[in-house]
Amino acid sequence: MKYQTRFGSLQDYDKGGVILIDDNPKNYVFSNIFEVANTSAPYERVAVAKNFEYVIEIARAEGTSGWSTCAHDEFVLCMDGQVEVHLVKLDDPSRHAPADSQGARAIDGDPDGRKMGRLVLGRGHQGLLPRGSAYRFHADAPACLMFQSVEGPLTVQKWADICQTA
Amino acid sequence: MAMLEQAPSARPQNSTALTHTEILPIDNQTGYRGFQAGSFTFKRDEYFARIEWPGGNYTMPIDLFLRALMRDVAWGFFYGTVNFDDVIGTVNHYGEVTLFAGRFNDAYRNAGRDFSERFASEALMPLFKAMISDWTNASFDPFAAPMETGTPWGSKNGNNDEAVTRTRVAARRMVGLPGDTPVRTDDNGFPQNRMFADVPSDRPLVEAEPGFEGEVSAYNLFDYLSRSDVTWNPSVCSVVGDSLFCPTSEEFSLPVDHGNDRCEWFITLSDEIQWDIKDGLSGKPRARVIAKAGDVSCMPADIRHKGHADKRAMLLVWENASPKLPGLIASGQAPNVSVSF
Repeated sequence: MKYQTRFGSLQDYDKGGVILIDDNPKNYVFSNIFEVANTSAPYERVAVAKNFEYVIEIARAEGTSGWSTCAHDEFVLCMDGQVEVHLVKLDDPSRHAPADSQGARAIDGDPDGRKMGRLVLGRGHQGLLPRGSAYRFHADAPACLMFQSVEGPLTVQKWADICQTA
Repeated sequence: MAMLEQAPSARPQNSTALTHTEILPIDNQTGYRGFQAGSFTFKRDEYFARIEWPGGNYTMPIDLFLRALMRDVAWGFFYGTVNFDDVIGTVNHYGEVTLFAGRFNDAYRNAGRDFSERFASEALMPLFKAMISDWTNASFDPFAAPMETGTPWGSKNGNNDEAVTRTRVAARRMVGLPGDTPVRTDDNGFPQNRMFADVPSDRPLVEAEPGFEGEVSAYNLFDYLSRSDVTWNPSVCSVVGDSLFCPTSEEFSLPVDHGNDRCEWFITLSDEIQWDIKDGLSGKPRARVIAKAGDVSCMPADIRHKGHADKRAMLLVWENASPKLPGLIASGQAPNVSVSF
């Protein structure tokens, strides 16, 4: 028997849902990442999962992002499309993100530091965004990114807009 | 469903947890050993596991029992409650573990017929490992999907210790980094699963400047998952503090009803998984969650869940492994739902 693996995409996804028996649908905080990416601004980092301080954020990559940094490691998983990741080792990371800070922070302008390298991620590829680095994305066509991070100033929370409520 | 590499283990001083376990003699008719943990005894025959405790007994089909026992062993008693079915299971207290019969079954509880004993984890785990080793025949792999393994039936016929002692994978930072968990390939013994033969094995482009080879890194997670040789057994692939990405491949049914003691999150990466949600204490059905590729859902901390997947699916299980959580849970400060809106 031949099997076909079904991945979702920004253009083609099929959303499931919570079928209630005796419960509140809000307990399941149910959403779909492609729907969230499609309905958000480019590079807006929308939380789709949260567990105390930790978050999973979704963003639609489209064009070139601003530079960001973080005092701890983050990871990015490309869920659809293709995205370039440019990495710079910051000369003074704490100027942009204090050592004990959490979550991603925007950098004004271009970062001061040494070029670390570049990643080109396609669907299913996971990359490291190392602590103390600056990173920027570029996508020629819309792509969908998932971040493993901690809630920070760039985290957007709009649960009532993205989650099943009835 | 999910796990962490090393559950916080803090057996209290002056603990009264039981430590008596015993491996019983070989049964002359079936060839299997019996096992005793406190007042519980476990025996198997050609078709069934038979469990006895003071005032009660229970019978489970051996295939279901071995698949559930395998997860309890592999996951180190896991987070919270591992219900082998509606009657038998364990509750992890992280250093100690409760073995129960009927504890989370309304009928048993209301009739006062439930029974449980609390053990030192370091006493019960070796017994469970000996049990899974002795009771698993050469033809059966309790980690595998039913179509990918033989049957567990019959009298004692060799063993499959290679399968039941698989080391669970846990990256320290990210899969593929130098010195960390390696990617899976044909060459290192991980061919693509038959149901993921169409998953691309392309690699990300990685261009590292000199001196940054250890930090400029990426790998193909979907290809990595397509090569998993086990089902319903998450492995840690990336780590941010206590935040663990624990993706896994799922086929057929989760062998246990997992009653987590904390919220956990599921993101379906491919295909479809259907979840039956029951109340954690009573076992009464509360909801079904139909999760398709890209769907995100939170599993509340007061439920038990069991998943089903016809086509093998990729699931990202996301756990918070903070050592602070057991204390918050015990004091009632940990919320049942991660997000209120």
